[in-house]
Amino acid sequence: MMRPGLARDAAVCAAGLALLLVLPLAFPQPALRDFLIYVMAYGLLAMSLNLLVGLTGLVSFGHAAYFASGAYMFGLLMQSGRVSIPVAIVATVAGTALIALVIGAICVRLKEIYFSFITLAFQMFIHSIILTWVSLTGGDQGLMGGIPRPPFLGINLNEGTALYGFCAAVFVACVLLMRQVWMSPFGYALRLIRDNPSRANFVGIDVVRAKLGIFVFAGAMASVAGVLLALFVSGAYPEFGFWTTSGEAIFMIMLGGSQLFVGPLVGAFLLQLLNRTVTIYTEHHGLVLGLVILLIVLGLRQGVGAFLFERLARRRQARR
Amino acid sequence: MNLDALAGCVSSSACLVTQISTALIVGMLLFMVTSGLSLIFGVLGIINFAHGAFYMMGAYFALAAYQLTSSFAVAFLAGALGVGLLGIVFERLVMSRVYGTDVLMQLLVCYAMILIADDVVKIVFGPEYKMMGMPDAFALPPIELFGGFIPAYYVFMIGASLLIGLLLWLGINKTRLGKTIRALAINPQMVGALGINTTLLYAGVFGIGSLLAGVAGALAAPTRTLTPGMGVSILIESFIVTVIGGMGSIAGALIAALLIGFARAFGAIGCPLFVDGLMFALMAVVLVVKPSGLLGREPAR
Repeated sequence: MMRPGLARDAAVCAAGLALLLVLPLAFPQPALRDFLIYVMAYGLLAMSLNLLVGLTGLVSFGHAAYFASGAYMFGLLMQSGRVSIPVAIVATVAGTALIALVIGAICVRLKEIYFSFITLAFQMFIHSIILTWVSLTGGDQGLMGGIPRPPFLGINLNEGTALYGFCAAVFVACVLLMRQVWMSPFGYALRLIRDNPSRANFVGIDVVRAKLGIFVFAGAMASVAGVLLALFVSGAYPEFGFWTTSGEAIFMIMLGGSQLFVGPLVGAFLLQLLNRTVTIYTEHHGLVLGLVILLIVLGLRQGVGAFLFERLARRRQARR
Repeated sequence: MNLDALAGCVSSSACLVTQISTALIVGMLLFMVTSGLSLIFGVLGIINFAHGAFYMMGAYFALAAYQLTSSFAVAFLAGALGVGLLGIVFERLVMSRVYGTDVLMQLLVCYAMILIADDVVKIVFGPEYKMMGMPDAFALPPIELFGGFIPAYYVFMIGASLLIGLLLWLGINKTRLGKTIRALAINPQMVGALGINTTLLYAGVFGIGSLLAGVAGALAAPTRTLTPGMGVSILIESFIVTVIGGMGSIAGALIAALLIGFARAFGAIGCPLFVDGLMFALMAVVLVVKPSGLLGREPAR
């Protein structure tokens, strides 16, 4: 189904992909490539979470569960040695969507604050499964032995540039897909559910089903983020599914602004930058991060992205 | 699954007594934490995600006071009152600024608070596991009951929690202050119009809620290992208790906390790898059968 603006979005995405591919050529330090892959993986996690938070008004505090499930499923499938990378990715996304469907079927029936803490509870459940099922997941050591990257269709991901290019392409494809949902009639139905659920019900929208639909989609997208990170670090660790990862994703959304489609990506970029700078100077990374969050929330009372966006809009209006 | 072990335990009175006492102390600690969480939610309408961090601070305050004075009474008071004060400061400086904003902001400040608390504990007490040890006052021979042995401290712990729960219930339901607090939960403008300082009352309620977490932390300190980050697991369990018991009901919290306590104590024998799963299964069943919780008044939908 074509919608107006799709061509423009596709063009923007193509330009973004070109930029992502050119950047490491212009600045060939491997550190930049590493940084960008982290931004893409966490950015994808935050953007997928924002489909729930910003678009539907469902504040999930357990989104990292699907991130971890993506990383672990993909890692385990590749370690089994029976499938190629694309097949493993498709299977991982499908498997995670199934998990999200089961958890979502219970969670989306709850109202907002219950929803937050039950999603958190389920995430910690998955985290504890990862920790206790040592024979499968390696427990707190993470998935050991590395994740093999057998070549497929002539692409060899053991080579740094190819790996980076593949991650960038998958990332941009997912962004375009999420943008499509964001602007679709379904996306507008979700906005109505966020703003006025009883009206949504009256107009004939099946609220529970719509919420479940976006919950599963967001979970599937988060699993792709997990796949990208697992592919890059060649492993999977229980921290991927710990509650702090969900907290960070929420902070990224807030940093960038929840009402802008690319807001969470900006937030992911800022937070990765902050994390990298902080860890150089101190090991008490939580303390600094906590203080920064308090400063921003209590000082600006909104995200940095939303703050800048509003000022820009006000300026534009003043000019008219 | 190890049903033989479970059947073996149930048929032996000694094992039964031990497991029941374990279930009771797990349940009682959870009840303390959950009732504080539930009180704050009921009156202020916010979920304090940093509640687990308060529990942790209670345990560490008690540990520090015990190491200084080697008196358990002082340690207990330090845990309870220290965390109560901390709660009031947190409410005044941070939480009160995000009332009425969206859940996202409340979640974020609590997230920040947990990160800060965990790191401060790491800096002050060190990242390694800490043990407080059994206080001298409770170095008594365990009490024998039907062939099983219960440590004297467990009996004290269960009694103290029940007493505090009873005081809380009486305070809210039978006193004038409790009536004001209940009114505050329903119509804060009206309470303010009657000349009552609602700001003070909000801070007070938050303080009492935090104090309950501190009490739980102080009571747990002699029986558990202390680590930075110990608050998260009890926070998750108290969420489950709230959902099962129904939000805003003290009796519901007690029943659900005991239910979880028994599920944990006997699950540890019957299916040790699936104890967490058992709690979630219980919660899922309650959510499907009665979404508002066992004794919840308002529906959770």
